[in-house]
Amino acid sequence: MNPTTMAWRAGWSRGVIELRQSLTNGGDLFNHFFWPVLMLITVFLMRDASFGQSGFALGTLVLPSILGMNAAMSMVAMSQQLTADREDGTLLRAKATPNGMTGYLLGKIISVSGGLIVDLAIFLVPGMLIISGLAIGDPGSWLTLIWVLLLGLVATLPIGAVLGSVFVSVRSQGLLTLPMLGMIAISGIFYPITVLPEWVQWIAQVFPIYWLGLGMRSALLPDGAVAVEIGESWRHLETVGVLGAWAVLGLIMAPIVLRRMARRESGSSVAERREKALQRIG
Amino acid sequence: MTTSEVVVDVGGLRMRYGTTDVLHDVSFRAHQGEVLCLLGPNGAGKTTTIEIMEGFRMRSAGRVEVLGTDPAHGDEQWRAKVGIVLQSWRDHGKWRVRELLEHLGRYYAAYSTESIKRPWDADHLVAAVGLTEQTDKKVRMLSGGQRRRLDVAIGLVGRPELVFLDEPTAGLDPVARRGFHELVQGLADEGDTTILLTTHDLTEAEKLADRIMVLDGGRIIADGTAAELARQIAGGDEVRWSRDGQLFRVSTTESTRFVRELFQRYGEAIENLEVRRASLEDTYLSLVHRAETGANTAAEASGEDLAAEASREEVAR
Repeated sequence: MNPTTMAWRAGWSRGVIELRQSLTNGGDLFNHFFWPVLMLITVFLMRDASFGQSGFALGTLVLPSILGMNAAMSMVAMSQQLTADREDGTLLRAKATPNGMTGYLLGKIISVSGGLIVDLAIFLVPGMLIISGLAIGDPGSWLTLIWVLLLGLVATLPIGAVLGSVFVSVRSQGLLTLPMLGMIAISGIFYPITVLPEWVQWIAQVFPIYWLGLGMRSALLPDGAVAVEIGESWRHLETVGVLGAWAVLGLIMAPIVLRRMARRESGSSVAERREKALQRIG
Repeated sequence: MTTSEVVVDVGGLRMRYGTTDVLHDVSFRAHQGEVLCLLGPNGAGKTTTIEIMEGFRMRSAGRVEVLGTDPAHGDEQWRAKVGIVLQSWRDHGKWRVRELLEHLGRYYAAYSTESIKRPWDADHLVAAVGLTEQTDKKVRMLSGGQRRRLDVAIGLVGRPELVFLDEPTAGLDPVARRGFHELVQGLADEGDTTILLTTHDLTEAEKLADRIMVLDGGRIIADGTAAELARQIAGGDEVRWSRDGQLFRVSTTESTRFVRELFQRYGEAIENLEVRRASLEDTYLSLVHRAETGANTAAEASGEDLAAEASREEVAR
């Protein structure tokens, strides 16, 4: 069989195995449930608060936004896992295996996306029962949700891989959390973005989180909810434009940065990081 | 040995980081089926040398051919013929032993040839490295010795023609070390696989290697079998005796002849005769000492010179 086909198959099974592992071990399961459950509680508490004069419950507006935020956060998951895998030698192992990097990356994409879909389901399924006023009866809603999600993944995963290559240790990944939280705060996830000053709105519109939130709202909210959005429009064209631009940027940068990072991996670099990690513990 | 195929051919290898030279003019060859050991103190350049051969590090100058290919440009097909075992791998902790071996083996299936069927069967390999009882255990639950044996199994899963083992027993307890040695010896006995290992443990080198190269300060300061090294460099055996209440001590590579001549000359006047074989440990320490103090290089100081020196010493007394 052709080696590349072989590597794709191995990558696929790798992704499936990693996904299964993350759904069958205590620590990972906790992570899968922690945020969705926390978010469910948030949405539940917001369910009766209405947003201004719009007539919409804040909980209804927030639920799809959180889906979008979670999808964007898969960027962080990708980045963290890549750094962790570099630190413990998984990446070097892939490098030492013929076509191993192809299999590794494909496996990572599958396991991170699969994990995300699980997380989204854990949040969305009970969420739909708690929250009323969602447009979930229409198949068109789900179609929109699917393309927004797929486009969002293509936009964010490669960027996550780039970030994962840039950060040297799991510890330094912590630096990523703060700007991420800031971005969530300005991206109209927990409160409609139109209440923020216009210059903040412009910053938010550069990044994928806002657009993923908007896309999810356009999928799951009734048409009337468009009134609280910028320009009172779902702006699907712009959504495709911005997310598409991030996707192109990521897909161009990721192979270059990943290759550069992988080239520097060797036994002694892994050993060195291990020493450092041990020193931190001791 | 010279008739078999050359698997590793290194000539004039140099490595420079910034302004420091880590390797100066390293040259050697390894032949098919040979177990070659790179021995040296920490910081001697062993890991750098092996990483260059693994294709994980770019060299500054020199010629390196591994399985007929420059590792700096080794493609995936070349990669499939090389097995690598490192000391610091902690990867795939959530995977189960057999699952991981089977998965990593899949990448090699496309590189099967008529004579070599790749990869090894995972169960076969698990049994070969003595992990049958741990086959469904998670990798992170393995002990240090078990983990290292799994690393060897992974290094072998693609049925490599050449295996690199970098300090494979560092940090292992004596029992695990013994088990590991048996594993490597078993592999060496099959005779097809060339093994290149690094260690700073002398006994290990003596036990496993067909040929030992001593690397110090970025140079190969000695190259040969354990016995050859001991003879060449330490100046052979030490002979001690007393005659007329006076003590004598001589180093010689020809201790048997020396003693016979001694008796022919002095007969019964010789007392307290002692012949001590040069141990590899003495050799190694004297080599490293010599290299570090910048005295004669090993190549210049042959056994004959030392024996001559010893006779002069005796005359002086």
